Amino acid sequence: MSWFIKKSSPIKPAKQKKVTIPEGLWDKCLGCKEIIYRQELKRNNNVCPKCDYHFRVSPEERLQLLFDQEAFELLFDDVQPLDPLSFKAVKTYKDQLKKLADLKKVHEAVWVAKGKLDGRPVVISVMDFSFLGGSMGSVVGEKLTRGIELATEEGCPVVIFSCSGGARMMEGAISLMQMAKISAALARLAQKRLPFVSVLTDPTTGGVTASYAMLGDINIAEPKALIGFAGPRVIQQTIRQELPPGFQRSEFLLEHGMLDAIVTRGELREKLIKYLHFFRFQA
Amino acid sequence: MSKDLSTIEAPIIELKTKLEGLKAQPPSSKRDREIEKQSQKLAKLQKDIYKNLTEWQICQVARHPKRPYTRDYIQYLCPDFEELHGDRRFADDAAIMGGFGTFNGEVVCLIGHQKGRDIKQKLHRNFGMPRPEGYRKALRLMKLAEKFNRPVVCFIDTPGAYPGIDAEERGQAEAIALNLKEMAVLRVPILVYVIGEGGSGGALAIGVGDHISLLQNSIYSVISPEGCASILWKDAEQAPKAAEALNLTAEKLKKLDLIDSICEEPLGGAHADPPLMMRHLAEHLQSQLDDLRKRDIDQLLDQRYRKFRNMGKYAQVG
Repeated sequence: MSWFIKKSSPIKPAKQKKVTIPEGLWDKCLGCKEIIYRQELKRNNNVCPKCDYHFRVSPEERLQLLFDQEAFELLFDDVQPLDPLSFKAVKTYKDQLKKLADLKKVHEAVWVAKGKLDGRPVVISVMDFSFLGGSMGSVVGEKLTRGIELATEEGCPVVIFSCSGGARMMEGAISLMQMAKISAALARLAQKRLPFVSVLTDPTTGGVTASYAMLGDINIAEPKALIGFAGPRVIQQTIRQELPPGFQRSEFLLEHGMLDAIVTRGELREKLIKYLHFFRFQA
Repeated sequence: MSKDLSTIEAPIIELKTKLEGLKAQPPSSKRDREIEKQSQKLAKLQKDIYKNLTEWQICQVARHPKRPYTRDYIQYLCPDFEELHGDRRFADDAAIMGGFGTFNGEVVCLIGHQKGRDIKQKLHRNFGMPRPEGYRKALRLMKLAEKFNRPVVCFIDTPGAYPGIDAEERGQAEAIALNLKEMAVLRVPILVYVIGEGGSGGALAIGVGDHISLLQNSIYSVISPEGCASILWKDAEQAPKAAEALNLTAEKLKKLDLIDSICEEPLGGAHADPPLMMRHLAEHLQSQLDDLRKRDIDQLLDQRYRKFRNMGKYAQVG
């Protein structure tokens, strides 16, 4: 039975050469899983050059992308969070806020900025998902409302970039009421015939979608963003069915008549300039 | 750990059964004395139990299957009520009902979430969880009220807006959002009563008004205690703790200035004596209507705006 016995030594894999890749040079695309050179990604506004996947970007990067000469003034950063309910779950809200303060997250979950777009004043607010999931509590409500009121007073348009899981549970019904507060401010802006463009980015759900994010004179979204009222997991648990492919993505919302357009990040500035030009007030 | 409502209510139910048994006996002075004695005992028991309800127990009272629903209040307030159906866009949503009727001689618009009592009705009403067409119907009726200058009375009683594929397809978020914006500037008085569960955006969508009142054992919250527990504790069983953390009771909400008043419930909750509950609410409604009618509409709208504008607790630094 010698044919069962291996005469020669087994083939061993060649010793793997360890390739050392310097940290921070490459990123993996979350859409197509391709490896992308970080510099190239940055040049492309954090959009994957291969599959057009839109990475989440910081409010700072977004604001720079939009305003003329990347110049803007940040407003209302003196509005800071409190813990009105002394909320305690597994973690305490107080500790969560303290940790974020230590990280120098002073802008809370929304940045409100004033500057010029194509030479004309505009108030642009951008939500920050990295601050407690972009959740809307008192500070987000107050800063957005002040931004809208400022625009109403000065007669300039409002643009809001939404990026949020919804209302902030840790402030209970106070968070819920921010939906009514911001929507009321938008109603007053509309009465003065000033335009509001809502830009929905990945993800926008819950109380944010069910208030200002859906109230734009024009509602636009970045490609493939998750947008909905109830989160996909909640829906699945309720109806116990598979969700259709592409459900609650920008393309799905466009098809169902909820959006005016899907706009890629590279075209955003030009489109916003155009929209605001269409709606410039004429006596 | 707070006990379930059914456990703490058991002695009340036992005593009630005993009383009924006594009443069925042939009349005698001994029987009457016993009835008198047991009735007093029942009143004391109800008072003691209901005085010290935990947040979680209040949630259960708010969701009590025998609690009066929107239709019960409307029938009491406006015997000539006519229900109006449909959003003129897609369908009629039975989870929200609305129409017009005469309350103490004045025509009012009445809108509210409607739950069902038996399983068939529950399904028909979708457990009081509206789809977009429900909110659009509500807005249509409010616009009618504005056009013909009738005050609007809203009754909130919902676990939340329906989380389903069809609701998302037809724009659940947009329907809610538009109501918030339109109600903020609707040029007639709006009165809001949370009569049971005030479940998040699905409740607020008919909840922007000049006077917001919670029935004593109602709740109003950004998320259900179960939902909150499963997200923040990763365990829905922690709902009693979440209920406490969320500050969702009438008393707490009043302290936070999120509501204008608390409408008193009969001893043992609204379900213990629905006719008395109806009378309380009718009196409350009448006094609020009288008060709001005195004010000029622009002044009223300004106050409505200010009220919501001032909601929020934050620090102003520097």
